[in-house]
Amino acid sequence: MPLFRLNPKAPEAPALTLANTDDVLQLGARLHGVKLIVLNFPKFTDGRAYSQARLLRERLGYQGELRATGAVFLDQLPFLLRCGFSSFESDQKGFGEALEKARTLFSVVYQPVGDGRATAAELRLKRRNLTVPLAAD
Amino acid sequence: MPDTHFYRYDDFDRTLIAERVEQFRDQVRRRLSGELTEEQFKPLRLTNGLYLQLHAYMLRIAIPYGTLSSRQLRKLAEIARKYDRGYGHFTTRQNLQLNWIKLEDAPDALAALAEVDMHAMQTSGNVVRNVTADHFAGAAADEIEDPRIWCEVVRQWSTLHPEFSFLPRKFKIAITGSPNDRAAVRVHDIGLRLWRNEAGEVGFEVIVGGGLGRTPMIGKTLREFLPKEELLAYLEAALRVYNRYGRRDNLYKARIKILVHEIGAEKMREEVEAEYAAMKDSALKLAPETIEAIANQFAPPPLPHRSAIVPEVERLRLEDRDFALWLKANTNPHRLAGYRIVTASLKPAGAPPGDASSVQMEGVADIADAYSQGEVRVSHEQNLVFPHVVIEDLPSVYAALKRLGFAEANVGKITDIIACPGLDYCALANARSIPVAQRISNHFADLARQHDIGDLKIKISGCINACGHHHVGHIGILGVDKNGVELYQISLGGDVDFGKTAIGTILGPAVTADKVVEAVDALVATYLEAREKGERFVDTYRRIGAQPFKERVYAAV
Repeated sequence: MPLFRLNPKAPEAPALTLANTDDVLQLGARLHGVKLIVLNFPKFTDGRAYSQARLLRERLGYQGELRATGAVFLDQLPFLLRCGFSSFESDQKGFGEALEKARTLFSVVYQPVGDGRATAAELRLKRRNLTVPLAAD
Repeated sequence: MPDTHFYRYDDFDRTLIAERVEQFRDQVRRRLSGELTEEQFKPLRLTNGLYLQLHAYMLRIAIPYGTLSSRQLRKLAEIARKYDRGYGHFTTRQNLQLNWIKLEDAPDALAALAEVDMHAMQTSGNVVRNVTADHFAGAAADEIEDPRIWCEVVRQWSTLHPEFSFLPRKFKIAITGSPNDRAAVRVHDIGLRLWRNEAGEVGFEVIVGGGLGRTPMIGKTLREFLPKEELLAYLEAALRVYNRYGRRDNLYKARIKILVHEIGAEKMREEVEAEYAAMKDSALKLAPETIEAIANQFAPPPLPHRSAIVPEVERLRLEDRDFALWLKANTNPHRLAGYRIVTASLKPAGAPPGDASSVQMEGVADIADAYSQGEVRVSHEQNLVFPHVVIEDLPSVYAALKRLGFAEANVGKITDIIACPGLDYCALANARSIPVAQRISNHFADLARQHDIGDLKIKISGCINACGHHHVGHIGILGVDKNGVELYQISLGGDVDFGKTAIGTILGPAVTADKVVEAVDALVATYLEAREKGERFVDTYRRIGAQPFKERVYAAV
């Protein structure tokens, strides 16, 4: 299965493979030192791994590689990237090209998630704070 | 053209919608070239509002919180004319459906919608659906706060949510800002009710796990009072619990109501509260400036003081019986004494409930410009609403609506029927709904008789999925298929009023299509004989029980 990695030099061991029914909040010490976590999409319409990914990244502070495997298609990429996935197994035609474009497909996001992108609400506030003093001049 | 008095898209919103149209255009291209299988394409088209129906594709257009400007309504008329057959169908979820769209035209239709800041995103699929609200929001006399402010907050948060775009099943949220619930918040996946506590603060009661469909359930209160700025943190917590633990093994057991039912409301509360505790005070907490900026856009239009007593209106009321009935049934109190909220009935005798032609839509837009601040609402009862009409203008509005065929004085009456599209359009249906509605509507067409019968809600679904909300009809009618014959099951006593929300009880064996009118007639006759002063149909039913109704119906059919 072709593999696409945002950071091809990242270490891939020790690795941990999880079922999408596993409770990542119960991993405890098993997470220690892990460099790669593989999350599974048994069907691409089964979205449990998105929650696992965000909990790993945002709640547990996991910094290593997060890989999506199973039914992984290019139309999921904007969601996968925002939830913190950093590598993808997919044999879909055009996946690599889509990955390059996926970050810019949507230049506006509404939800604050762990990917560091500024939300529309945050940008509006910033703009407002910039324009309010000017308007008062 | 009057300014709108609801949320206006800024460049961020417009950019996102435009990018979404381009993404979908590419997806359609890949589907047409065979690059995508129908199985892969299906969830993609569904979250862009495109269904495959019995005869053609159907496009379901989102009308967030049921609010439209006249300009938007004219664009909908234009799209229906250009890409469909010159009419559309307003739904029970405040959306508009076009039933004859071609797949290759869909991206252009979406681009045309984007020109007026509209879209069809998340009107289908296993995502947070278009958020619905009280159709009298911002105008109702009994309102605590405009719920649309919060619908807009939820709209933005739920749009392309990366974690919740592949939920176990669809997810419907409704918000009401009035003690008289016109948004049916107890029968949604999540219902939010704004209320003022003893300290004078306004917050949300959070209700979870209500719904109709195969397994009708009344929602449970998860939180009595949630501070407003915590709304998104709490919703995200609830959705995460659902995404992680909701059932995915059985399509019919995948809604959040089943999860709540199986683990119990207590356990659900514990899970959601634990998740919420870890999220509150995060970036999801709404900044006061963000709330204020959205709330400002919903600031009511400047409505000058007008007289509540207008001699000309009074004279007409005495002289024209139909006008008097219309005033009584189709207008509601406005928060200002010199104004009324007017409902245009999309249920003229014998017509398919909720249908409007492009010409009618344009006529409604003209009325809105002339008499209602350029604003129109879609109600979940499939009618259109003019929120701010000066009492003095009522005769003109009545006359204009009459010309459009939307002045039937039947709002809330027996012919103001909710019906799903049924077997005439829908691939899921077991039986036809619209012709049954039309027959009942014709039978009870006499207005004086309708007003004598009083408030009576009939709701018809063509299958167990309950899009016609039959469970909560005072009289509910459900189409079933028995060995290739369309039969109709009748239930009584359903209700969506807050505090009285109830699921109807099945009366007895299903009846054939040609006997539905007789059955309803027998129900009405039973009520008329047994009612006590001031009792509505459903009150009499509650007092005397099903037996007298049952006897009469099965003697008649």
